Amino acid sequence: MRVALFVPCYVDQFYPSIAIATLELLEKFGCTVTYPAKQTCCGQPMANSGYEHEGDSCSKLFTENFAGFDYIVCPSGSCAHHIKHHLHTEKDKPEGEHIKKTVYELCEFLTDVLKVTSLKARFPHKVGMHQSCHGQRGMHLSQMSELTAEPFSKPGQLLDMVEGVEQIKLDRIDECCGFGGTFCVFEEAVSAKMGKDRVADHIRNGAEYITGADMSCLMHLEGILKRQNSKTKVIHIAEILNNYES
Amino acid sequence: MHSTITNHADAALDFNVDEARVNWHDKTLWFIREKRDLVSHAIPEWEQLRDYASSIKNNVLSNLSQYLKEFEANAKANGAIIHWAADAKEHNAIIHEILKKHNIDRMVKSKSMLTEECGLNEYLEANGVEVIDTDLGERIVQLAKEPPSHIVLPCIHKKKEEIGELFHQFLGTEKGASDPQYLTGVARKHLRETFLTRRAALTGVNFAIAETGEFVVSTNEGNADMGAHLADVHIASMGIEKILPKQKHLGVFLRLLARSATGQPITTYSSHFKKPQPNQELHIILVDNGRSVHLGKEDFRNSLKCIRCAACMNTCPVYRRSGGYSYHNAVAGPIGSILAPNFDMRKNKDLPFASTLCGSCSNVCPVKIDIHDQLYKWRQVLMKEGYGAPAKNASMKMMGWVLSSPKIYDISGKAARIVLKYAPFIVSNKLNPWYKQREMPAPPKESFKEWYKKNRK
Amino acid sequence: MSSRENILKEVAKNQPADRALPIIDIAVSTGLDEWIPILKQRLETLHVTIHEVADYDAIKAILKETAIPQERTVTTIEELSTVSTFIDAVKEDAHSLENVDLAIIPAHFGVAENGAMWVTDSLVQYRVLPFITQQLVIVVRRESIVYNMHQAYEKIAGTNYDFGVFIAGPSKTADIEQSLVIGAHGPKGLTLFILG
Repeated sequence: MRVALFVPCYVDQFYPSIAIATLELLEKFGCTVTYPAKQTCCGQPMANSGYEHEGDSCSKLFTENFAGFDYIVCPSGSCAHHIKHHLHTEKDKPEGEHIKKTVYELCEFLTDVLKVTSLKARFPHKVGMHQSCHGQRGMHLSQMSELTAEPFSKPGQLLDMVEGVEQIKLDRIDECCGFGGTFCVFEEAVSAKMGKDRVADHIRNGAEYITGADMSCLMHLEGILKRQNSKTKVIHIAEILNNYES
Repeated sequence: MHSTITNHADAALDFNVDEARVNWHDKTLWFIREKRDLVSHAIPEWEQLRDYASSIKNNVLSNLSQYLKEFEANAKANGAIIHWAADAKEHNAIIHEILKKHNIDRMVKSKSMLTEECGLNEYLEANGVEVIDTDLGERIVQLAKEPPSHIVLPCIHKKKEEIGELFHQFLGTEKGASDPQYLTGVARKHLRETFLTRRAALTGVNFAIAETGEFVVSTNEGNADMGAHLADVHIASMGIEKILPKQKHLGVFLRLLARSATGQPITTYSSHFKKPQPNQELHIILVDNGRSVHLGKEDFRNSLKCIRCAACMNTCPVYRRSGGYSYHNAVAGPIGSILAPNFDMRKNKDLPFASTLCGSCSNVCPVKIDIHDQLYKWRQVLMKEGYGAPAKNASMKMMGWVLSSPKIYDISGKAARIVLKYAPFIVSNKLNPWYKQREMPAPPKESFKEWYKKNRK
Repeated sequence: MSSRENILKEVAKNQPADRALPIIDIAVSTGLDEWIPILKQRLETLHVTIHEVADYDAIKAILKETAIPQERTVTTIEELSTVSTFIDAVKEDAHSLENVDLAIIPAHFGVAENGAMWVTDSLVQYRVLPFITQQLVIVVRRESIVYNMHQAYEKIAGTNYDFGVFIAGPSKTADIEQSLVIGAHGPKGLTLFILG
């Protein structure tokens, strides 16, 4: 199975350990992983700001970098969602359509494609799950609280396989954290307030760590936690799933 | 109290000065979202009902001209007088004419967001007609000389102590009294006298049935009925999109409406007005005011399916923390943000950005409007049409934040160059809004790209 | 061109290609014996006082005991004309009902899922009666109860009415800080007799 590793630009720059954990996890499950070295950004920041039309070169570059793999795996629901739904493709080129069909967020790749049922991982902590909206409502990584439907959670299912993890219950299980891409600076007041309220929910319910499938949301929550000198930390789910420490 | 700021981010900043009040506002509305979850989850066929409602509304929009004619013919046969208004001005003038004909200079009005959209109260008052809003929440904001901040709960932004003070000032209640039971009792007495002495009543319309020519008005207080049944003249104002093809479709919509709006299984009253009472005139005004043009926009016509339940407002994490006035339109929240740019792109260019695109709005919408997708599409349209300033600032700020690490220069490729062109505008990190309430991530010693080169190749 | 023609022309021009109406098919597998408890439970949450009675004499007895010592009571049910003033037609201005303390009216049927009672003008004579009265009493036949609103509209289909209303509980408001207050503009209380 030839898998391309798609690393979000901010993960590459600020959180390389998440990409390393993702790579190691995929290799552990027998994937032949390639990291296309010329990758940059999926173009989402521009598209969400209304400049989708300026992201054409991003799409072109992405298509060049990621053509010809069985799967593309990304440790971000948001970036994977952008590629799946907003990648601009030229009609005469089937590569783009193949990319859209084979791009996966890491958790769903593990549960749906690799059909992982057990993990050799240990993380003896109380963990709060932050459901990032693009991953949850956009990619259906978890059931959404608004719908009248059976609950499920792909990241939650994976966390259950990790020894020692205690998943805490939140008062609002899937409220947005307020990161929202450029929203975080353009609507600073509401963005920060939403983040503070999310963090408070996790702390109130005893989380030592807030985890999730999207580091962008976690980066925003981490910024708030650090400003508050909180003991609670954020950690990307890939790092928990790839953790052996006792 | 009522902010006049016409930019969402600035108004939201203003609203967030009092954090305790933001918490209160957020909790009050979240409570309604929870009630909505409870009742909708109790109905196994809930998602199927949403599918039905969405399909029925799609059918309505695709046959609207025929349904309007059918409704008109049947309503006329029932004895109603039908008027057509191209815009707000014509709508207001029609009402003024009807009142003049009957020598009426005082009118009661139950909830109608359309009349808010048309600025009817201001128009009639300027023409010497007194209008009293009879929905309790609307009466409260009317006394406060404010518009509603929420389409279902007009005074949700007001605390009971503030309402007590208003009632003390205008209705002579005891100073300092703020018990909702007591205040409601006083309003009941005050408005009963009003109902008994007004000869004209205006109501909104929740649903109008093409097949029968009847229309349905839903209230909990009974104010629409008290007004309409005691008046010589009943005027019903409706947007042309309020049509349903058949009476039986009410079964679907009345199951969805109140559950979505307030978590009630149905409103206390769902009144079906078919024929006027003997010696009463029933006027129905069909209002376009931009809707027919809106109908022609493929990406955006879907928002005409809205039944004004406000579920999207109650669930919206931004609305709950920025308040109704921050949307500077009669209809606030996510739905307001996709409706308003249809009327005026320039004035409302900020609204599609007043969202994290979290998608909760689309999930609660009983008629399955793709609200957050439309917000995304509006952003694209606004930037292409050249309304770019605020968003450009935003992306500039965002890019600046990314670029505040020199590591970004390691990124190569054409896309990165687009990113880089915003870099020179960033002078100081201190000016970056990110830092106001958040820390930056600690920079790692190497990027993943660098690590990968060393460790895997 | 008039606004009517303009609007219709513009709408016709801009409306998309026909989208079909759905076939509404919500199966109900339960029956009356299951629906009555659901109705009663629903009515309790709506602050409705409920009495299950065998006949009109039972209603009269309960009314005499609990509600009748009111200054002005009216009814549109002939069987109850001995305990309340019977109204069989519109004879005076509706405003004269402003001092009605208690009105007793029948409903065509009730809906279990939401506690709503279907009332039309022929049952109340004065449309304003169920709204203007301080207290409302509704009498509904047990066998008329349906489960949901789809069944309700099947019953309504083809019937004649000039005005009809679903009434679900006494009037109420929560406009002040979401605090529920019973008795907004309409009745402050609702009593339901389930007859039969």
